[in-house]
Amino acid sequence: MLIKKRRPSDVLPSEITPESIYRDRRRFLKTSALAAAGTILAPEFVTAKPMEALESLDGLADSPFSTDETLTGYEEITTYNNFYEFGTGKEDPASLAPGRLEHRPWTITVSGEAENTGEFAIDDFLSGLTLEERIYRLRCVEAWSMVIPWAGVSLASVIQRAAPTSKAKYVRFDTLYDPKVMPAQASRGFSFLASIDWPYREGLRIDEAVHPLSFLATGLYGKEMPSQNGAPIRLVVPWKYGFKSVKSIVRIHFQETQPETTWAQLAPSEYGFYANVNPEVNHPRWSQAEERRIGELFKRDTLMFNGYAEEVAPLYAGMDLRAQY
Amino acid sequence: MLTWLPMLRVGVFILCAVPAALLSERLLTGGLGANPVEALLHGTGSWGLRLLLVTLAITPLRHITGANWLVRLRRQIGLWAFAYAAAHFLIFIVFEHRAVLSSIVEDIIARPYILIGTSAFLLLMPLAITSTKGWIRRLGKRWQRLHWLIYPAAVLGVVHFFMLIRANRWTEPLIYAAVLVLLLGFRVLRRWRVG
Repeated sequence: MLIKKRRPSDVLPSEITPESIYRDRRRFLKTSALAAAGTILAPEFVTAKPMEALESLDGLADSPFSTDETLTGYEEITTYNNFYEFGTGKEDPASLAPGRLEHRPWTITVSGEAENTGEFAIDDFLSGLTLEERIYRLRCVEAWSMVIPWAGVSLASVIQRAAPTSKAKYVRFDTLYDPKVMPAQASRGFSFLASIDWPYREGLRIDEAVHPLSFLATGLYGKEMPSQNGAPIRLVVPWKYGFKSVKSIVRIHFQETQPETTWAQLAPSEYGFYANVNPEVNHPRWSQAEERRIGELFKRDTLMFNGYAEEVAPLYAGMDLRAQY
Repeated sequence: MLTWLPMLRVGVFILCAVPAALLSERLLTGGLGANPVEALLHGTGSWGLRLLLVTLAITPLRHITGANWLVRLRRQIGLWAFAYAAAHFLIFIVFEHRAVLSSIVEDIIARPYILIGTSAFLLLMPLAITSTKGWIRRLGKRWQRLHWLIYPAAVLGVVHFFMLIRANRWTEPLIYAAVLVLLLGFRVLRRWRVG
């Protein structure tokens, strides 16, 4: 059982600024600063992003796994994304994905070493499962982090339904492959994007996948998932670097051998299969000891397993985390 | 002579200040996005490098066009390049390392691209200090020899940029490298032909 201990440094839920007030404050700061700057400099017009109509998700159950740290703003979460299918720039997904990525109809294929394989329409796939809110820390391998209120279902509940066989030692997740929707998948020539063997693939050991923290998210901030964050359904594994949390999933495949995963394939010396957040094992080119929480100026210490050590450390008992990074 | 030179200098000043002004404006209005520190770090670094290349372009341009007055803009542009590089270095020290010396030293030792970037900046420092008329007079012939340091500084700056590239976004550093090769090549060829 998980008993939450409140540390003195923890922020009380009542101290968290609601998103609406938070955004109004930002808008006020923006407009007033713009007005001031506009008298000196020609105002710079930011092109309006195509807004997606995202429905609210009602009746989300609370989770004991949620952190009470200050939430990262909705705007930051939805404009600072790594979703290379839409380009390598952080703003590319927000400017390209909405409108291109259709959230319905969406089919998820369950395949491999499981009893209940087949193709499922996403709404059938999710029906009957408890929709929860989980406020998780997200730590990117690039040394920045966010606190995100996800909505979705526990991965364990999905896996239970698929009924994997005893041969299912690993589970693999594939992102949609559709170059008409995802322009980077059509890249040719010498570009980095052309060197990626699309679709994007990620995977977990089966015991990691059924861990209660592993989550399939279908929304954030109490609304449906924005396209740029991996609509309509994405993985969230909060103790691993963000690239493990594969977006826009179309296939869940159970297999006996460790899957070939995209980043581990591209740069095996820099990104491993496990990719557990670990402040003691640096990326070959930069430190993982600290991270910049989006919205903060100074860096903060990175926590072992992104602060989820109590829950997940037993999964890796006896493993050399320097070798199995 | 050259009555319009002061005007031109003011123009160059304004032009070189534009990136700083735009970066500040975006910082105040939230236009730098979700990670403003990273955006500032990249912005100041890029402009430092670009203006360093502009500084190095003055001499070849002067030789090609015969417009000798160009040299009288060089100090200002060089100092702007230094200012952007200094801002870049300062942001690195304060926001990446909370100005903790041990943390900075550790990073420099552990990561070659940080070492190379720091070296480039340290090489530019004496050039900025000795850019005054007084120092030029005092150093005489040695001044020119000292200011030859701009070449290794520019090379290290471009190498620094190359080493931190992720996701193979080579276009920008490749452009800088090509310009640098062109500018240095011009000097080598000229020296060789003049004999």
